[in-house]
Amino acid sequence: MREDDLYINKIDWITITIYALLVIMGWFNIYAAVYDEQAAKSIFDFSINSGKQLVWIGTALLLITIIMVADYRLFENLSLVLYGIFLLFLLITPFFGKEINGQRAWFEIGAFRLQPAEFAKFATALALAKFMERPSFDLSQFKYQMQALLIIMLPVALIMLQPDTGTAMVYSAFFIMLYREGMPQRYYVLGLAFIAVSLLALGIENNLYIVIGVVAVVVIFILLGKKKLSRILAFTILGLATIAYTYSLDYVVSKLPEHQQNRIMVLFNPDIDPLGVGWNVTQSKIAIGSGGFAGKGYLEGTQTKFDFVPEQHTDFIFCTLGEEFGWVGSLVVIFLFCALLIRLVFLAERQKNRFSRVYGYSVISILLFHFMINIAMTIGLFPVVGIPLPFFSYGGSSLWSFTILLFIFIKLDSHRIQLLGRMK
Amino acid sequence: MNDQRPLIIIIAIVLVGVVLLTKLFLIQVADDTFLRRAERNAIQRVVDHPYRGLVYDRTGKIMVYNNPIFDLMVIPREFSVKDTARFCEIFQISKEQLIEGYTAARKYSAVKPSPLKKQISTTEFARIQDYLIDYPGLFVMTRAVRSYPQPSAANALGYIGEISARQLERDTLKYYRQGDYVGLSGIEGFYEPELRGVKGVKYRMVNVRGVDKGPFKNGEYDTVAVAGKNLTSTIDLELQQYGEMLMAGKRGSVVAIEPKTGEVLAMISAPSYDPNMLTGAKFGANYMQLNQDDSKPLFNRPIMAMYPPGSIFKIVQSLVGLQMGVLSPNTTYSCNRSLVACHNHPNPVNLFGAVKYSCNPYYHQAYRAMINREVSRSTFKDTEIGLNTWREYVVKFGLGGPLGIDLYNEKGGSIPSSNLYDRIYGPGRWKYSTIYSLSIGQGEMLVTPLQMANLAAIFANKGYYYPPHLVKAVDGDPNKIPQRFRTRIDVGVDAQHFDLIQDAMAEAIYGTAARAAIKDITIAGKTGTAQNPQGEDHSVFIAFAPKEDPKIAIAVYVENAGWGGRAAASTASLMIEKYLRGEITRPALEEYVLAGKFM
Repeated sequence: MREDDLYINKIDWITITIYALLVIMGWFNIYAAVYDEQAAKSIFDFSINSGKQLVWIGTALLLITIIMVADYRLFENLSLVLYGIFLLFLLITPFFGKEINGQRAWFEIGAFRLQPAEFAKFATALALAKFMERPSFDLSQFKYQMQALLIIMLPVALIMLQPDTGTAMVYSAFFIMLYREGMPQRYYVLGLAFIAVSLLALGIENNLYIVIGVVAVVVIFILLGKKKLSRILAFTILGLATIAYTYSLDYVVSKLPEHQQNRIMVLFNPDIDPLGVGWNVTQSKIAIGSGGFAGKGYLEGTQTKFDFVPEQHTDFIFCTLGEEFGWVGSLVVIFLFCALLIRLVFLAERQKNRFSRVYGYSVISILLFHFMINIAMTIGLFPVVGIPLPFFSYGGSSLWSFTILLFIFIKLDSHRIQLLGRMK
Repeated sequence: MNDQRPLIIIIAIVLVGVVLLTKLFLIQVADDTFLRRAERNAIQRVVDHPYRGLVYDRTGKIMVYNNPIFDLMVIPREFSVKDTARFCEIFQISKEQLIEGYTAARKYSAVKPSPLKKQISTTEFARIQDYLIDYPGLFVMTRAVRSYPQPSAANALGYIGEISARQLERDTLKYYRQGDYVGLSGIEGFYEPELRGVKGVKYRMVNVRGVDKGPFKNGEYDTVAVAGKNLTSTIDLELQQYGEMLMAGKRGSVVAIEPKTGEVLAMISAPSYDPNMLTGAKFGANYMQLNQDDSKPLFNRPIMAMYPPGSIFKIVQSLVGLQMGVLSPNTTYSCNRSLVACHNHPNPVNLFGAVKYSCNPYYHQAYRAMINREVSRSTFKDTEIGLNTWREYVVKFGLGGPLGIDLYNEKGGSIPSSNLYDRIYGPGRWKYSTIYSLSIGQGEMLVTPLQMANLAAIFANKGYYYPPHLVKAVDGDPNKIPQRFRTRIDVGVDAQHFDLIQDAMAEAIYGTAARAAIKDITIAGKTGTAQNPQGEDHSVFIAFAPKEDPKIAIAVYVENAGWGGRAAASTASLMIEKYLRGEITRPALEEYVLAGKFM
């Protein structure tokens, strides 16, 4: 038997190593976040979150084992079934879920709480992969674009019923995967332009400046391009639509629930109410910013430890890292995430069938979105959205779902030779 | 077509990393405001206020001590009240006060404590203590306020109060903080650096709710509070209280000094107030009331009121004349009432008689001899030179400027120089006839009661004094009081000149102030009547006793009480007896003074 034939050598150990590093660092950070000098408990103490996280890590290992020994064909075959099951879960969650912070997003089974919306991500990824694997599937065609959109929008609609805007937003990450799979570029240009205009409209007090800018851009495009009537008309309509959007955005925002309005306002002016609405962002920035270059040292952080930052062991775990390990620590973690994501791009690109590649890019999309938005919100670059930092944040649902998401892909990748599918 | 898309995705990933790291670099490395804000957040500087030093009288009786008092503090973020009416009833606070206090606290900080109700008494504290547990974010902080077991010597002791914005600005060493208490007048003000002690600082780590999470770096930066130093006052509390009793219902001053040391035995400013009024929660209202009172109880007359010295100044004139060589014991002038009015007495008189009978014409003529010494041909120039020369002698008696007692705001009175008259009349346009009223202590001449008492001490000491002071020891150590109080000052008049003066003063008692005489104690004194253009003259008397070995020198001013021989001399006599004998043998005289019907 040749060495290459050993299954263990076909597993991508680089990805697994980065995964392990992130999980272990996360575990230490959770301990730091709940550490109380006066009543110091062991990191293994099950009465505190670090001890509980260890249980989640242990069970995650169990999940990894199950995934790795299961038949690789199982995931493709079960993909639609899983998707259906989780849609059903999401459908009943608002009725049977446990209400926490005004959301019915959790199932309580004994001492455990599980969040179906977290798990629905990998089911959706599998379903998308399954759909897009069909030879006829072509994202340049409107029909198929709508099919993909429908698969994404079904769980989003159900999650919005809970309502959990943060998790719902994550599903927009699939557009990264769709981009790789050939979604027309113009959608992305429009999307980015839309985001840019929105930011400008919200960030600039006087909409008149935007109007002037839009008119200028339209005029320049018309003057530079071919002067066909349809083109001039299209640009003019686009410009007018932008202006209309600019003015309607203020109205739309004013119709949002107050806490969401506040989050948006705080993003543009963090100092408006540092003790009230801006508290989370302000305190989070203070904690991270006070870390300096090399940090205050492990367990020496004062801001996170003394509860100045809310939800620090879950969504705001990055504060603990930033405070105690400073910029160097942040650099290491951000480097690890980027390395993981880039490694996954390589893995996805070496897949020999479309199913694995689509799934791989879905994993990349979701991880990138979580990583980017979570850290951006802790440092005031993005409104506060309640989504965890993958592998780092405390919590079983989040660790399990990211582990499952990642390891299904590692499993698929290890069988890439056997998975000779129809590549497009 | 899609070949470049994986690359774009990789670039996007890298870009996300770079953007995040750049922003992190900006807030973590390039900007240290967050570090400072973090410290403000989590490290609370808890000031440990030291106990303020106590004040004892010269016999060891306590005059000022500290009484614990409590402030009700609130942490807005934790504080919530369901039943406002009940809350207000328990803590005896009006709804408006509650709202106002909470709003102010919230404005200051949501997580740091602010006072909701200040200065709760011990009994009230005991009552509300059990309710505190029902209200999160509410706790009690202990402080101390000044207390006076014997409500005496208010103006000498002074009071403490919250530091003003102006004082804070002047505090260049940054010892004080907003809301600190500081001695504002009297001994409290002057000995503030000794009394205040040294603040301790504890750096505590606190969580978001202000809950103590233990010392910062194990107390490495903490300092311990050092209690203020105790002061021993020169005041004899018993004498002080007796004097206050005698002066009750009158306006004026009594200053008694131990001549040998300059220690102030009693310093009475009448009318006065109970020093307990200016402590604790009632400070503001009471201060307002005292400040608006027409009788000016806050005005410290012994050091701030200025009167013409009147006849008492004749003694100074005699001594200056003797020292200048212008007068001798045998110098005789006739009682020429065409110059200035006088009262019936043998005529003519020598110097002894002039002191004894307080002869006005004598001093009119003697003073002219001192001033016009024919140094210059011009009588104007001659007067100017003479006045300035004379003034040099007089100011050595501690007149014309503050004596430097250990109180702020001491006034210096005024002994005019030629400049003053130049300003009033123009240079070269005044001569002796313009200024002759100075000869008998009237005219443009002002002294404080303290300066008069100090004069009495100088006469008792035969020519020297120690600047009067109210504190004789700091923490039991007499060497810790300012050096100037231990420095003898000579007035530049030979001691032998005082013998005649002392004898004449002792005789004068039987002439002008017979009421002041005490059996078996020789008092040397001099009456005066300070003319008061606003109304009745002020009754003035200075004395020292016993003449052979003076233990007390005293000056008494009773405003609008007429001639010095009655009100002031009687009061001084009783004070002397009280101090030397410890008891009063003349109840009739005491009653006479207490009744206060001198006119």
